[in-house]
Amino acid sequence: MRAKADASGLRREVGALLLLASAGFVLLPWYAQEEGFLSLIWLTEGWIDDPDYAPGLFQVLLHGRWWLAPLALLPLLALPALSRRRPRMEAGRWLILAGALTLAWLLFQGFAINHRGWAWSWLAALFGPLGDRQYGIGGGAVLLATAALFLLTQGIADRGAAKGDAFVVGGIGLVVASVALFIFFPILQVLESAFLDNDGAFAPMVFLAKFTDPKIWSLSCVTTGYRCGVAWNTVFLAVLTGAGTTLLGLAFALVVTRTSFRLKRVLRTLTVLPIITPPFVVGLAIILLFGRSGTVTQFVADFLGIAPGRWIYGLPGIWLAQMLAFTPIAFLVLIGVVEGVSPSLEEAAQTLRADSWTTFTTVSLPLMRPGLANAFLLGFIESMADFGNPLVLGGNYDVLSTEIFFAIVGAQNDPGRAAVLAIILLSFTLLAFWAQQRWVGRSSYTTVTGKGDAGRPLPLPRLVDVACRSAALPWAAFTLVIYAMILFGGFVEIWGRDHSFTLRHYIQAFSVTVGDYGLVWSGSAWNSFWTTIRIAALSAVPTAIIGLLTAWLLVRQNFTGKRLFEFGTMLSFAIPGTVIGVSYILAFNVPPIEITGTGIILIISFIFRNMPVGVRAGIAALSQLDPSLDEASLTLRASTWTTLRRILLPLLKPAMLAALVYAFVRAMTAVSAVVFLVSANYDLATNYILGRVENGDYGLAIAYSSVLILVMLLAIGLMQLLIGQRRLGRRETGRLMPVEQTA
Amino acid sequence: MSREVTLRFERVTKRFGEVVAVREVSFEVGTGELVTLLGPSGCGKTTTLRMIAGLELPSEGRIFIHEEEVTTLPATARDVAMVFQSYALFPHMSVLDNVAYGLTVSGTPRKEARARAEETLALVGLGGLGGRMPSELSGGQQQRVAVARAIVLEPRILLFDEPLSNLDAKLRRRVREDLRDIQQKLGITSVYVTHDQAEALAISDRVIVMRDAEIAQDGPPRELYEHPVDRFVADFIGDANLVACEIAEVAGERAKVRLGGLLLDLPARGLDTGRALLAVRPQAVRLQPAAGENSGLVGEVTKAAYLGSHMEYVVTTPVGELFVVDGEVVATHAPGSRVALAFGSHGLALVPD
Repeated sequence: MRAKADASGLRREVGALLLLASAGFVLLPWYAQEEGFLSLIWLTEGWIDDPDYAPGLFQVLLHGRWWLAPLALLPLLALPALSRRRPRMEAGRWLILAGALTLAWLLFQGFAINHRGWAWSWLAALFGPLGDRQYGIGGGAVLLATAALFLLTQGIADRGAAKGDAFVVGGIGLVVASVALFIFFPILQVLESAFLDNDGAFAPMVFLAKFTDPKIWSLSCVTTGYRCGVAWNTVFLAVLTGAGTTLLGLAFALVVTRTSFRLKRVLRTLTVLPIITPPFVVGLAIILLFGRSGTVTQFVADFLGIAPGRWIYGLPGIWLAQMLAFTPIAFLVLIGVVEGVSPSLEEAAQTLRADSWTTFTTVSLPLMRPGLANAFLLGFIESMADFGNPLVLGGNYDVLSTEIFFAIVGAQNDPGRAAVLAIILLSFTLLAFWAQQRWVGRSSYTTVTGKGDAGRPLPLPRLVDVACRSAALPWAAFTLVIYAMILFGGFVEIWGRDHSFTLRHYIQAFSVTVGDYGLVWSGSAWNSFWTTIRIAALSAVPTAIIGLLTAWLLVRQNFTGKRLFEFGTMLSFAIPGTVIGVSYILAFNVPPIEITGTGIILIISFIFRNMPVGVRAGIAALSQLDPSLDEASLTLRASTWTTLRRILLPLLKPAMLAALVYAFVRAMTAVSAVVFLVSANYDLATNYILGRVENGDYGLAIAYSSVLILVMLLAIGLMQLLIGQRRLGRRETGRLMPVEQTA
Repeated sequence: MSREVTLRFERVTKRFGEVVAVREVSFEVGTGELVTLLGPSGCGKTTTLRMIAGLELPSEGRIFIHEEEVTTLPATARDVAMVFQSYALFPHMSVLDNVAYGLTVSGTPRKEARARAEETLALVGLGGLGGRMPSELSGGQQQRVAVARAIVLEPRILLFDEPLSNLDAKLRRRVREDLRDIQQKLGITSVYVTHDQAEALAISDRVIVMRDAEIAQDGPPRELYEHPVDRFVADFIGDANLVACEIAEVAGERAKVRLGGLLLDLPARGLDTGRALLAVRPQAVRLQPAAGENSGLVGEVTKAAYLGSHMEYVVTTPVGELFVVDGEVVATHAPGSRVALAFGSHGLALVPD
């Protein structure tokens, strides 16, 4: 009686999907247009008649692309499922057949025939030369593929998966398909190209030669005074950074949670810094302080007569910059860990006659051990993935992420070498990620549930108290100095030589003049600034949606293969941005998906790099909501979708807003992946700043960075205001912030 | 009277991975009946309830509502409503919107939905509170909103998942009576889950006792108490003393049972001669000061506790330790005193060993 009686006896969801598929094949242009789909130029310039603009059906009929013909027929296999009277199990079989075969043929023909005709030599040998070619897929193909995907998931649901809930299965299908397409497929392309020589032939020996290159693995810095390989450099730096940030982070966490220090709130705001700091900024500030013409260097030179050197360029500089950049992240993680140590356990130890030192070393510290390991591994991964700081401060100390960059853009132009280096870097980070998952709890998404616990936390032993304060407080002061440098650095002529006040850099970057036709954004930075804002905003919405969808599937639904699903979606935590950048240009520069040089590739890279932020925010928020709320709604006859829309989404508003803002902010500060993906039309702020830095134009770079910081602070402040301090307490804010910031 | 069946389970099994939560369970619930699923935690009663709701789907077996198979039907389409342990009131909606929710999402016009929600709120005694938010109500009131939200849809079956466990002890009895009143007034078929045996006996037409994923016994409250089928049921319902005894002979419906020095004449309940267990209710034992050499059962009081309305004793006897409840609070027995034990005609039942 509730099942909406449909007079026609047809299943509406199946009908809608079939209509969607037909629209994709008959109405929309099959291939991508250079002008972009939204230009709608395909409508006016030929459409059906033009071999570049015609929809799939007319490609077959008029333009001789016969290999698209099966795509007209395969979706029709779903027709038997259209009848409401057909048993669900049987209908499901037809739907699965239709969806799977359509997708399979779509992929096969897409990869088999590219811009040069046959893509695989055995096909050419079998059928002879093709005499035709095809470019990247466009709106029509995307629509057909989407419809086919949902036909497939509808079929799987009909056969009883996920309690027969088509919405859940569709959601899983969507996430799996997009993660496979935009994370796993590009990574596999990297693996493949590592085994090819520069002519595209399979060449394992070349791979072996590149892989065993002494420039990568040499250990001669241990035996002789010579330089070590880039892999060891990276590992060494990562271990130093991981250990350093963990220790400092612990000191901060202890000062904030366990001492009577009065400015705790100020210290806590430090945790916001890594989120709003563009990647080169810390490095630049360090140069301004310790570079040859840096403030500290000159001061030391004037008073102690030590000649200015270039010692900061290399390991010391990178390490210092990474410590500054990543200590707040360890701090953030360890606040949770320290607060997770139940005070009643410490009180119990004390009533058993342990003094405060014994309690600390035998109870508190051992309880924190997994958290410390977690912080170390996070720092390790961050350091490995870091690109901006080594680029600015590296000097002769090469690390993997920058080497990958130079292998692609430098004089070498050796994609094979870049791929090999990317594989090595990826192996290191995946290993660390795996270790973190394995030892430090199954899921890095899970939040510590703040269960109420009586008892007051124990004050620290005197020695520890003093040690923590004397480590944390000077460091906090140092951080403040660094950020002060960034603010002032934009207002002086030339740092270190001419300290007179000027607005020159700001004017050069952000001037607005009144021209004949109104305002003219004449500053040199405006172009990249607006592009950045636009791309970041455009990517934030899908990032939040797919993140929350994934979180909801993980927290609220049960399905086979859930753990694999969880691992797959978390993997992008561990993939360094440089690796993603390389993999995207390898994978998406040729048909069937040809999107390099567009804004779409930037948006997609942001979505999948920042997806974990949305997932984290969603999981944190969802685990606070009683699951019987959803169940109550379901038993009250609401569908899964209605439940999501009317119950969960309104309750998740703060989490959604947070996910949106953090996705936006992270997109603004991303650099490692995008340096590979930007183009003349789509230049981004970070890339523009990088260009200024390379030209030694520090003033402008710093001025621009200050503006970015301001914009992001504004965004976060606005969000806090909207959500309200009550709904999103300080602790939750901390949790929602991305713990990873693999810039 | 031929009973109309609303709900039927046919050999239903539910597995979570390796764990079997419910094993081959079959039972029926008649129309208008209130049946309680009772058992210790982890016995499968909540899983059974959730399978009725459609929140879990069985691994094997079939479920029928009004003779229509609903085994694979999702919760949305089952026409079954549930009152949750945590009430699960939507915190972002007013009380009225909460109650009207089920109506509006299934397409009832907003005005009509609100009118019916008002009526139902009045029925549960909350008329005029519709404008409040759930957080502004007391626990008992929230409970009633949850009930109103469930019954406004006039579901075929109403489910209760430990609905009283979040209320304090004093409120519990009153709310229990209110629930029973509403259920009987509407004549709505109900399934109720609890682990509190007193609550189960008080509210139910029938009780299904579950243990280790299976049904241990299914019957009216009185039958469960007076004729438990095994030691588990006897022990779980009403704290029976279980003592070893021997059935000397069986004659028709009656059995001669030897217990220590006593010979008792009890219903045989289908048991044969040989070793058996006797379930002795604490109220069925009468204590007298032992005078001289008694031929009956004699024991020594080891513990005595005064509870105002009655006394509780632990008596050590040759057949084992017995827990005894005695209404006599004036002439009590001090610990260490010897007492003679006698048994009343009610409160004794033979169960298989």
